[in-house]
Amino acid sequence: MKNPLDSLGQTVFLGFVLTLIVHYVIRAISA
Amino acid sequence: MFLTSHDWWVFAFRWLHIISGIMWIGHLWYFNFVQSPSMPKIPDEQKPAITKFIAPAALFWFRWGAMSTIVTGLILAALSGYVGSAIALGIGAHNPHDTAIGIGMWLGAIMWFNVWFIIWPNQKKVLGIVDATADEKKKAARLAGLTSRVNTLLSIPMLYCMAAASHYAFTS
Repeated sequence: MKNPLDSLGQTVFLGFVLTLIVHYVIRAISA
Repeated sequence: MFLTSHDWWVFAFRWLHIISGIMWIGHLWYFNFVQSPSMPKIPDEQKPAITKFIAPAALFWFRWGAMSTIVTGLILAALSGYVGSAIALGIGAHNPHDTAIGIGMWLGAIMWFNVWFIIWPNQKKVLGIVDATADEKKKAARLAGLTSRVNTLLSIPMLYCMAAASHYAFTS
Protein backbone atom coordinates (compact mmCIF):
# COMPACT_ATOMS: atom_id res chain seq x y z
CA MET A 1 0.00 0.00 0.00
CA LYS A 2 1.20 3.48 -0.85
CA ASN A 3 2.15 5.66 2.11
CA PRO A 4 -0.24 8.66 2.27
CA LEU A 5 2.75 10.81 3.29
CA ASP A 6 4.18 10.30 -0.21
CA SER A 7 1.46 12.67 -1.38
CA LEU A 8 1.85 16.31 -0.34
CA GLY A 9 -1.89 16.88 -0.77
CA GLN A 10 -2.80 13.95 1.49
CA THR A 11 -0.23 15.12 4.06
CA VAL A 12 -1.84 18.57 4.24
CA PHE A 13 -5.33 17.03 4.37
CA LEU A 14 -4.29 14.76 7.26
CA GLY A 15 -2.79 17.83 8.97
CA PHE A 16 -6.20 19.51 8.95
CA VAL A 17 -7.92 16.32 10.17
CA LEU A 18 -5.40 16.07 13.02
CA THR A 19 -6.03 19.73 13.83
CA LEU A 20 -9.76 19.03 14.24
CA ILE A 21 -8.94 16.16 16.61
CA VAL A 22 -6.49 18.37 18.56
CA HIS A 23 -9.18 21.06 18.85
CA TYR A 24 -11.57 18.66 20.59
CA VAL A 25 -8.78 17.21 22.75
CA ILE A 26 -7.98 20.74 24.00
CA ARG A 27 -11.64 21.36 24.78
CA ALA A 28 -12.02 17.99 26.53
CA ILE A 29 -8.91 18.40 28.70
CA SER A 30 -9.62 22.00 29.65
CA ALA A 31 -13.39 21.66 30.25
CA MET B 1 13.95 52.18 30.74
CA PHE B 2 12.17 49.42 28.85
CA LEU B 3 15.11 46.98 29.05
CA THR B 4 14.53 46.51 32.77
CA SER B 5 10.87 45.63 32.31
CA HIS B 6 9.67 42.01 32.55
CA ASP B 7 7.06 42.71 29.88
CA TRP B 8 9.80 43.70 27.43
CA TRP B 9 11.72 40.46 27.89
CA VAL B 10 8.57 38.34 27.54
CA PHE B 11 7.79 40.21 24.34
CA ALA B 12 11.41 40.10 23.09
CA PHE B 13 11.54 36.32 23.43
CA ARG B 14 8.10 36.00 21.77
CA TRP B 15 9.43 38.10 18.86
CA LEU B 16 12.63 36.04 18.57
CA HIS B 17 10.54 32.83 18.87
CA ILE B 18 8.34 33.89 15.92
CA ILE B 19 11.37 34.92 13.81
CA SER B 20 13.05 31.58 14.54
CA GLY B 21 9.85 29.65 13.88
CA ILE B 22 9.43 31.25 10.47
CA MET B 23 13.07 30.44 9.66
CA TRP B 24 12.40 26.79 10.60
CA ILE B 25 8.92 26.14 9.22
CA GLY B 26 9.61 28.31 6.16
CA HIS B 27 12.44 25.98 5.20
CA LEU B 28 10.38 22.89 6.11
CA TRP B 29 7.66 24.01 3.73
CA TYR B 30 10.28 24.96 1.08
CA PHE B 31 11.61 21.37 1.21
CA ASN B 32 8.13 19.81 1.03
CA PHE B 33 6.27 22.24 -1.25
CA VAL B 34 9.10 23.28 -3.60
CA GLN B 35 12.36 21.33 -3.52
CA SER B 36 11.21 17.69 -3.23
CA PRO B 37 8.44 17.92 -5.86
CA SER B 38 10.85 19.74 -8.23
CA MET B 39 13.75 17.28 -8.00
CA PRO B 40 12.31 14.69 -10.45
CA LYS B 41 11.78 17.47 -13.02
CA ILE B 42 15.37 18.77 -12.88
CA PRO B 43 17.77 17.34 -15.52
CA ASP B 44 20.43 15.11 -13.92
CA GLU B 45 23.33 17.38 -14.86
CA GLN B 46 21.65 20.29 -13.04
CA LYS B 47 20.74 18.35 -9.87
CA PRO B 48 24.10 19.08 -8.15
CA ALA B 49 23.08 22.76 -7.93
CA ILE B 50 20.45 21.60 -5.43
CA THR B 51 22.30 18.77 -3.69
CA LYS B 52 25.72 20.48 -3.45
CA PHE B 53 24.74 24.09 -2.81
CA ILE B 54 21.08 24.90 -2.10
CA ALA B 55 20.06 21.92 0.07
CA PRO B 56 23.08 22.15 2.44
CA ALA B 57 22.49 25.90 2.96
CA ALA B 58 18.74 25.40 3.43
CA LEU B 59 19.39 22.54 5.90
CA PHE B 60 21.74 24.78 7.92
CA TRP B 61 19.11 27.48 8.46
CA PHE B 62 16.41 24.79 8.88
CA ARG B 63 18.05 22.90 11.73
CA TRP B 64 19.43 25.97 13.56
CA GLY B 65 16.05 27.65 13.11
CA ALA B 66 14.54 24.61 14.86
CA MET B 67 17.07 24.90 17.70
CA SER B 68 16.51 28.62 18.15
CA THR B 69 12.72 28.13 18.08
CA ILE B 70 12.68 25.57 20.89
CA VAL B 71 15.19 27.49 23.05
CA THR B 72 13.39 30.85 22.72
CA GLY B 73 10.02 29.09 23.14
CA LEU B 74 11.01 27.43 26.42
CA ILE B 75 12.45 30.73 27.73
CA LEU B 76 9.24 32.50 26.69
CA ALA B 77 7.08 29.91 28.48
CA ALA B 78 9.26 30.09 31.59
CA LEU B 79 9.23 33.91 31.68
CA SER B 80 5.45 33.80 31.20
CA GLY B 81 5.05 31.45 34.16
CA TYR B 82 3.25 28.57 32.45
CA VAL B 83 6.05 26.24 31.38
CA GLY B 84 5.27 23.55 33.98
CA SER B 85 1.51 23.62 33.52
CA ALA B 86 1.89 23.59 29.73
CA ILE B 87 4.25 20.61 29.74
CA ALA B 88 1.63 18.84 31.89
CA LEU B 89 -0.94 19.85 29.19
CA GLY B 90 -2.85 21.93 31.73
CA ILE B 91 -4.45 18.72 33.01
CA GLY B 92 -6.48 19.55 36.11
CA ALA B 93 -5.96 23.28 35.61
CA HIS B 94 -9.11 23.80 33.50
CA ASN B 95 -7.08 26.32 31.56
CA PRO B 96 -7.53 26.13 27.76
CA HIS B 97 -4.49 28.36 27.22
CA ASP B 98 -2.10 26.01 29.02
CA THR B 99 -3.63 22.93 27.36
CA ALA B 100 -3.45 24.48 23.87
CA ILE B 101 0.07 25.87 24.24
CA GLY B 102 1.15 22.63 25.94
CA ILE B 103 -0.03 20.43 23.06
CA GLY B 104 1.63 22.91 20.67
CA MET B 105 4.87 22.69 22.66
CA TRP B 106 4.85 18.89 22.60
CA LEU B 107 4.14 18.83 18.84
CA GLY B 108 6.98 21.34 18.34
CA ALA B 109 9.31 19.29 20.56
CA ILE B 110 8.57 16.12 18.56
CA MET B 111 9.30 18.08 15.36
CA TRP B 112 12.57 19.45 16.83
CA PHE B 113 13.60 15.88 17.77
CA ASN B 114 12.78 14.71 14.23
CA VAL B 115 14.94 17.46 12.73
CA TRP B 116 18.02 16.88 14.85
CA PHE B 117 17.91 13.12 15.39
CA ILE B 118 16.31 11.74 12.21
CA ILE B 119 16.26 14.22 9.31
CA TRP B 120 19.72 15.80 9.73
CA PRO B 121 21.70 12.58 10.44
CA ASN B 122 20.08 10.93 7.40
CA GLN B 123 20.51 13.98 5.17
CA LYS B 124 24.24 13.95 6.02
CA LYS B 125 24.39 10.49 4.42
CA VAL B 126 22.30 11.57 1.40
CA LEU B 127 24.41 14.66 0.74
CA GLY B 128 27.72 12.82 1.22
CA ILE B 129 28.72 14.77 4.35
CA VAL B 130 29.27 11.37 6.01
CA ASP B 131 30.22 8.20 4.15
CA ALA B 132 27.42 5.82 3.14
CA THR B 133 26.89 3.09 0.56
CA ALA B 134 24.40 3.63 -2.27
CA ASP B 135 21.90 1.38 -0.47
CA GLU B 136 22.36 3.27 2.82
CA LYS B 137 21.88 6.56 0.96
CA LYS B 138 18.63 5.33 -0.57
CA LYS B 139 17.27 4.21 2.81
CA ALA B 140 18.42 7.46 4.45
CA ALA B 141 16.71 9.56 1.76
CA ARG B 142 13.45 7.66 2.27
CA LEU B 143 13.53 8.02 6.07
CA ALA B 144 14.52 11.71 5.96
CA GLY B 145 11.81 12.42 3.38
CA LEU B 146 9.04 10.65 5.29
CA THR B 147 10.06 12.32 8.56
CA SER B 148 10.03 15.69 6.82
CA ARG B 149 6.48 14.89 5.66
CA VAL B 150 5.51 13.95 9.23
CA ASN B 151 6.78 17.34 10.38
CA THR B 152 4.79 19.09 7.62
CA LEU B 153 1.68 17.24 8.84
CA LEU B 154 2.37 18.13 12.50
CA SER B 155 3.14 21.78 11.67
CA ILE B 156 -0.57 22.38 10.88
CA PRO B 157 -2.03 21.45 14.31
CA MET B 158 1.14 22.82 16.01
CA LEU B 159 0.53 26.30 14.55
CA TYR B 160 -3.18 26.00 15.41
CA CYS B 161 -2.24 25.40 19.05
CA MET B 162 0.33 28.20 19.13
CA ALA B 163 -2.09 30.77 17.71
CA ALA B 164 -5.26 29.49 19.38
CA ALA B 165 -3.73 29.52 22.87
CA SER B 166 -3.70 33.33 22.84
CA HIS B 167 -6.18 34.23 20.12
CA TYR B 168 -9.06 31.75 20.34
CA ALA B 169 -11.20 31.51 23.47
CA PHE B 170 -12.45 27.90 23.04
CA THR B 171 -15.80 29.08 24.37
CA SER B 172 -18.06 27.92 21.55
